[in-house]
Amino acid sequence: MIDTPDPRHKPAAAPSSQPGPEEVRLRQQAIGAKLRHLFDEVVNEPVPDEFLEILRRADQRGDKA
Amino acid sequence: MSLSDRSAPKPPSADDEGFKRELVQLIPHLRAFARTLTGDATAADDLAQDAMMKAWDARASYQMGTNMKAWTFMILRNQLYSEKRRSWRSSQLDQEAAERTLVAVDDPEAPVALDELRQALNTLPEEQREALILVGAGGFAYEEAAEICQCAVGTVKSRVSRARKALHAILERGAYGRDGRAAGDAMRSILADADRLSAARQG
Repeated sequence: MIDTPDPRHKPAAAPSSQPGPEEVRLRQQAIGAKLRHLFDEVVNEPVPDEFLEILRRADQRGDKA
Repeated sequence: MSLSDRSAPKPPSADDEGFKRELVQLIPHLRAFARTLTGDATAADDLAQDAMMKAWDARASYQMGTNMKAWTFMILRNQLYSEKRRSWRSSQLDQEAAERTLVAVDDPEAPVALDELRQALNTLPEEQREALILVGAGGFAYEEAAEICQCAVGTVKSRVSRARKALHAILERGAYGRDGRAAGDAMRSILADADRLSAARQG
């Protein structure tokens, strides 16, 4: 199902040539995939210890209160 | 380790444990939401930590079994906007964030197009940016995004649609192309990367 726009027919220096609706849809899809990637990259990062440390301290405070 | 039967009623202390466990699992998502909203890794982690603590402090008002992810995301975005109203001029923030982002992604491994997309995202009006991130990356339905943003579903739909059009136009124009690269390069590298990403997903 991968049907990328043909890179060979790039507009000759003039970016003014309007892409067709199918082309626009593919580009929107590509941007969407990129955006998800941007987000998922952070999701997949290891969580800095600081976060768990802060939460642990807060939890202990609560226990003692 | 998995000792949770979510449907079973629990005494208050066990509720706290369950809440904490769920909250910890949401940290990576809160960080991603904050990072994509602000475009600044350091500010984003501060924001995500504040949101995490606000959620923890408000745990008594959270009903277990409802959508905790949406609830914490709402806390995070409210936190962001109240901070902005308090102390930041948003134009200044966007400018500074964009500049710091350039430094932050100074990584030879980072694909160029991600950088372009980050910058383009930073130029969107904040309500469009958050709507697009929630629906387009965070995996929320329009209805959930509407609850998080405290607005109508139709409003979210139109914001997402406008955000998509705007991003497309910005990247197409190559308005944020640097290094003398020709206009349109951003879009071309995004297309190439997307191809690679979707191939990797299917493989």
